[in-house]
Order: sequence, then structure tokens, then C-alpha cells
Amino acid sequence: MKRHALPPRLWHWLNLACVTGLFMSGLNISNAHRRLYWGEWGFAPEDAWLFVPRFPGWMTIPGHYDLAAARDLHVLLAWPFAIGLLFAWAAMMLNGHFRRDIMTSTAEWRPAAIWRDIVQHLKLDFTHHGSKYNFLQKLAYGTVLGILLPLMIATGMAISPGMDSAWPWLSEIFAGRQSARSIHFLTAWAIFAFFVIHIALVLLSGPVRQIRDMICGGEA
Amino acid sequence: MRRRAVIAGIGALFTSACSRLSDSKAGEALLSAAEDWHRKAHRLLGGRGALAREFDRADISPFFRGNGSTDPDSAEYKAAVQNGFADWRLAVRGLVNNPLSLSLADIAALPQRTQITRHDCVEGWSAIGEWTGPQLALVLEQARLKPEARFIIFHCADRLAGKPYYESIDLADALHPQTIVAHRLNGEALPVRNGAPLRMRVERQLGYKHAKYLTAIEAVAKLDGIGQGKGGYWEDRSGYQWYAGI
Ligand code: HEM
Repeated sequence: MKRHALPPRLWHWLNLACVTGLFMSGLNISNAHRRLYWGEWGFAPEDAWLFVPRFPGWMTIPGHYDLAAARDLHVLLAWPFAIGLLFAWAAMMLNGHFRRDIMTSTAEWRPAAIWRDIVQHLKLDFTHHGSKYNFLQKLAYGTVLGILLPLMIATGMAISPGMDSAWPWLSEIFAGRQSARSIHFLTAWAIFAFFVIHIALVLLSGPVRQIRDMICGGEA
Repeated sequence: MRRRAVIAGIGALFTSACSRLSDSKAGEALLSAAEDWHRKAHRLLGGRGALAREFDRADISPFFRGNGSTDPDSAEYKAAVQNGFADWRLAVRGLVNNPLSLSLADIAALPQRTQITRHDCVEGWSAIGEWTGPQLALVLEQARLKPEARFIIFHCADRLAGKPYYESIDLADALHPQTIVAHRLNGEALPVRNGAPLRMRVERQLGYKHAKYLTAIEAVAKLDGIGQGKGGYWEDRSGYQWYAGI
């Protein structure tokens, strides 16, 4: 029995490539109009709730401003990203990975238990008792897989005028196209924040073994 | 140090692979295939006749931003503005049995549709306005499309960087009930910055498809040979997607 089965390992690295490409091409798209609005519409500085900085070339794909190429790549990667996530969820629900390793129990939500977990993390103690992931890990993975990544798909579709006529309720859920665009942008950065913490914890908890296990599977 | 160099190397490889993707022939084919999947997915999920959302008067933006050409500077256009577009003609030609040359009065005499819709620019902003004009389907019905016609081209009076603006859509969008030849915005004659005296509304796609300063509508079987063959000014010049529903 491997620590990580083959399909989730494949999905993990495919997803990393997709999200990285989506994020960096998204920052190129953001450079086209560096203001965010709330509601259905907005175009002028006085309508904006946030002025976004210009992202430098090393943060964007392509490495120079090219809205057409960035959008091409973005909407191409949207496909493997969305379909991959759909399959990952279907598999996790069917094979019990979700129930076994990610779903939390009420006991884990007790403040004392959460506090113990936080203290353990702060002491950089990464031993897990019984289950594969501890509470904070479950919470982080559950939030990213269950909320942030699906939100990118839903808001991305709500921004698209063709999709908006097919499924008008989608942008209504987000209180308008410009709100959906704002949420798309903010959630992209929330995923980036997860990514940074995720990398930091992997580095702190034995990076060579962790990365080798995520590539080769590892021992259970 | 070595590991960091390796990671940086992988990163550089990845980003340059992505940039190069769009330059290669296979990459180009993949990108236009993805554009096609989006068009098909949108039409599968909503049906070919899905309507863009319509809004209330209270939702209208206080000012409707103009973008691209906002004041065409040709002598003919300036003269047309001077005499209130009294001699403006809209030609309907190409693969039609009954070519037309319509005056603004002819267009105003057709049954009109008024719709309050949101305009979404490829750059990211949106504005809401109330548009009035006849459905393109009515105009095409009068002109009687030939069966070979597959695309409708919009020719415009404005030029950007020396090239004439034009756009094109397929028949699913051309015959769509919300696709109108607009001559009024928010109850008034169309302002020059928004495309006076006539502009297209193609409500399920991004702003660059909504050709302004409209002079002619042409039915064709294919897009080759018009402009650089990609179906529109920005498609030719910058590689924007022809299907602008995403
Ligand atoms: C993890 C995945 C994703 C990330 C990190 C991401 C990131 C971004 C960012 C940062 C922007 C720029 C927002 C702005 O300022 O306008 C953007 C724009 C966009 N994204 Fe995504 N995105 C993701 C997934 C998707 C998906 C799945 C879709 C389609 C279903 C999508 C569709 C779009 C569209 C249409 C825009 C253009 C918005 C505009 O014109 O302003 N994105 N994305």
C-alpha cells in the first residue's frame, strides 16, 4: 500500500501546472484593466473599490503584456483544470479518501483540540496521530479543494458573457459580473497564499521525502 | 543552492513553454480548438437562442464609456456628423438575393427592439445601457440570405492604425433576437463615441464584436480574404479570439 495512490499524484501535479499557468496568465489579464468593481458594472476610477498594481513580466505569462495570448492560454487551461477537479472530486467521494482523510469530525472542531493542533504546528511537530492528516491540514485541504478551486471555476464562468446568457443565475449569485471578477481575483490570491504555506510546511516537514512520496507514491 | 537553481530552471522552462505554445502551429490549433469548445459548451448549456440578461432602467450606468475609436477623423465621417447623418446609408450585400441600401429613416421605420443589457469589454470593465434598433434578423430577412451564407461581416467607417475596422459573427448570433442594429442609446440618438449613427449589438459576446459606425452588412460563406482572414480587426491585429463569448 502506497502512501499516495497514483491517480491523486497525477492529478496533484497536473493541477499544479494548470493553476500556475492560470494564475500567471490571469495576472497578465489583470494588467489590461487594473481596477476592480462591485456589482454588475464599473469602468471609471470613481466606481472602483480596489486599484490593483501592475504585475511585472516575471509574474505573468506571457512575460510581456499580451492580453490576447494570456486569455488564449487562460481559457485553454481552464479545461484541464476544471475537468481534473471534477474527476478528483468524483474519485475522492467514491473511494472514501474524502470521508477518511479530509472530512472533519465534530470532535476535531472543539476549541481545545484546535488549539492543541495549532501549538503542535507552531512547535513544528508534524507527527500525525491515527489519521493521515491533522485537523488544520484537513481544514486547509478541504477549503482549497471544496471552496477556493470550485469558486475559481464558478466565478470564471460568471465573467464570460456567453456563459452568462446560458446560466444567468451564476453571475446573480455573485451579485453581478464585476463582483464575480473581484471574487475571481481575490480567490486567486487566496490560492496563492495556500500555495506559499503549503510549500513552507512541506519544506519544514522533510521536503525530500514529501516530494519523493508525492512523485513515487511512498510507503503507507 | 543547486536545488533552487533546478526549481528556477523548471519554472523558466514552464513559462517559456507556455509562451512558445501560442507561437507554434500545433499550439495555435490547440488554442483555436479550445475557443471552439467554449462556443459549443455555451450553446450546449444554454441553447443557441439563450438570451443575454436584460436589466431595469435603474441599473443603467450614468455614463456609457466609449472605447477603441471614439471620434473617427476621416473627412467623410466629419461631414456626416456635420449634417446630422442625413445621407448615411447602410448597405446590405454579399450572398443575398435582394441587396439593400437603407437610410436611417428606413431603419427607424422597421419594427424596433429596445433592450437594457450589459456591455463587457475584453479588458475587464462593464457598462449597462439601453439600446434601440431593428433586429438584424429582420434586415437579413428583407435582403433574403442565400443558403450558402454562413457569416455576417460588419464594415465600419472608422480606421484604427490605418486599417478599417470590421467584425463578423456566425448565423446563430446574427439571427439571435437580441442582435440589433442600434441607433439609440438610453433613449437618445447614438453619441459619436458609442458609434453614431449605427452600431451592432451582439449581446452574448465581448465589446469588440459590437462594430460601431456601421456602413455595410455583408453575407459571406467564409472569412478568408476579408481583412487578414481572422474575422475581425482585433482578431487580425492582436490575435483576439473570434468567438468572444468568454
Ligand atoms: C485556479 C485557477 C484560476 C486562477 C488562479 C485564475 C486567475 C485569474 C486572474 C488573476 C484573472 C485576472 C482578473 C482580472 O483582474 O480581470 C483572471 C481572469 C479571468 N479568468 Fe481566471 N483563473 C483561474 C481559473 C479560471 C477558470 C476555470 C476560468 C473559466 C471557467 C477562468 C476565466 C477567466 C476569465 C474569463 C478571465 C477574464 C476576466 C476579465 O476579462 O477581466 N479562470 N483569472
